[in-house]
Amino acid sequence: MAVLVIADHDGSALRDTTHKTVTAAGQLGGDVDVLVVGQGAQGVADAAAKIAGVRKVLLAEGAGLGKALAEAVEATVLPLAAGYDAILAPATTDGKNYAPRLAAKLDVAPISDIVEVVAPDTFVRPIYAGNALETIQSSDAKKVITVRSTAFAAAGEGGSASIETVAGGEAPKTTFVGEEMVKSDRPELGAAKIVVSGGRALGSAEEFHAVMDPLADKLGAAVGASRAAVDAGYAPNDYQVGQTGKVVAPQLYIAIGISGAIQHLAGMKDSKVIVAINKDPDAPIFQVADYGLVADYKTAVPELMAALG
Amino acid sequence: MKVLVPVKRVIDYNVKARVKADQTGVDLANVKMSMNPFDEIAVEEAVRLKEGKEHHAAGTATEIVVVSIGVTQAQETIRTALAMGADRGILIQSDSDLEPLAVAKVLKAVVEEEKPDLVLMGKQSIDGDNNAVGQMLAALLDWPQATFASKLEVGGGKATVTREIDGGLQTLAAELPAVVTVDLRLNTPRYASLPNIMKAKKKEIAMKAVADYGVDTAPRLKVQKVTEPPKRAAGVKVASAAELVETLKSAGVL
Repeated sequence: MAVLVIADHDGSALRDTTHKTVTAAGQLGGDVDVLVVGQGAQGVADAAAKIAGVRKVLLAEGAGLGKALAEAVEATVLPLAAGYDAILAPATTDGKNYAPRLAAKLDVAPISDIVEVVAPDTFVRPIYAGNALETIQSSDAKKVITVRSTAFAAAGEGGSASIETVAGGEAPKTTFVGEEMVKSDRPELGAAKIVVSGGRALGSAEEFHAVMDPLADKLGAAVGASRAAVDAGYAPNDYQVGQTGKVVAPQLYIAIGISGAIQHLAGMKDSKVIVAINKDPDAPIFQVADYGLVADYKTAVPELMAALG
Repeated sequence: MKVLVPVKRVIDYNVKARVKADQTGVDLANVKMSMNPFDEIAVEEAVRLKEGKEHHAAGTATEIVVVSIGVTQAQETIRTALAMGADRGILIQSDSDLEPLAVAKVLKAVVEEEKPDLVLMGKQSIDGDNNAVGQMLAALLDWPQATFASKLEVGGGKATVTREIDGGLQTLAAELPAVVTVDLRLNTPRYASLPNIMKAKKKEIAMKAVADYGVDTAPRLKVQKVTEPPKRAAGVKVASAAELVETLKSAGVL
């Protein structure tokens, strides 16, 4: 048995979603190789070679691969697929973009967003916005899987895998036009140890930032938002925590002025400790919170800032 | 330009899914069903491409065909799309819930018959949450794909799509024909007006069966069980922000 993990990185640094996917791959059994697709990504390959338990790292470079265009990733992985029983990618927007495309080319059923490996052919994944978990067994000889990284521990360091270069594929019908990445000194939402999230109760974009930003900075936290706050334009879409946004599982999640709609809970209920601050004592968020403070955020957040010192 | 919009009938967005006691699935008996919310956004965008709303030139889309694979009642879902402004519908009847790979194969056959320039569809259905069919359809057709669209411009033989990706936005240009899957921020779907609902009743829905398309739809996945996610233990209420900080410090999370 051999498993190929497609690495998640930003062009220069390997993301720990890769380490977590390696853990899931290890649970399938057999050898684990990591494929780095990118452009000028030798440093990423070097970092991947240090992950404990990795047999070898494959590095594929090319123009379309720098932006992980689905067609280019597919064309890169397809010729390698014969050597693997399973191909795993983190369930990031990139992984979700190329993995099903690859599965269709291989004529196999993709298995999306797994949270548990039960057996090499059997997996648990959330459905219905996390309101149910299905255990599914695949009859395909080859499996294409995306992994919800918050459900797996990160593989450690200490490996010394060899690095091989493989041919990079192209995306002849797709052109990269540009990107607007959010620049922030705060930790990334998906990887932060503490997340503070604001909801519709904050009332405006100005208020959202005036309340959430200083608190996040004080705690060294990432800022998240409910879908209601995003829909209302108080926070950008990439702040969104929930089934349709980001799924997070930090050590500490602080929900401020968030009622706790089903779809939001699906995105954060695996956090280690959940704190809810809401003036409505009946808000559903309190049903999942470890610690609840029934208070208006307008008084509670300044008090919280003061208590943090 | 002809646009094909696949739509799915799913549990209504506001209904909490409940797992059946025998763990065979989610209980859908007597539950309100609606069009998958992401598909509604796809229908809305197709109609805007036809009407020339927002930044689209009028007549960018000339015909909008809506297709659904599902039970007989999925006709209602198609009617909803027709009332929003789609031109005609195709219902491919199936009593069993097809897996994404099978859906993609049936849709490929529909595309070969209808020859659309653009397939516009939701990024995922809110029941299976697979987020797979659009990508798979593009792969089977060897078409380019642009997923998770928050902005779409069509012109010059290509679709220029702004995509919601981790950490920001990415813009791609895909040569037509292409598959574009849509995300939440693309638009806010309209409510169909009463006159349009009446008009939609006269629009054509072609009735087909999965077998008509002659593709292999055998399941590859066996659902062993469907269970409820573990519940979190009930928490405690604290009286003040100061007590909260103290509690978090003693719990070792601050």
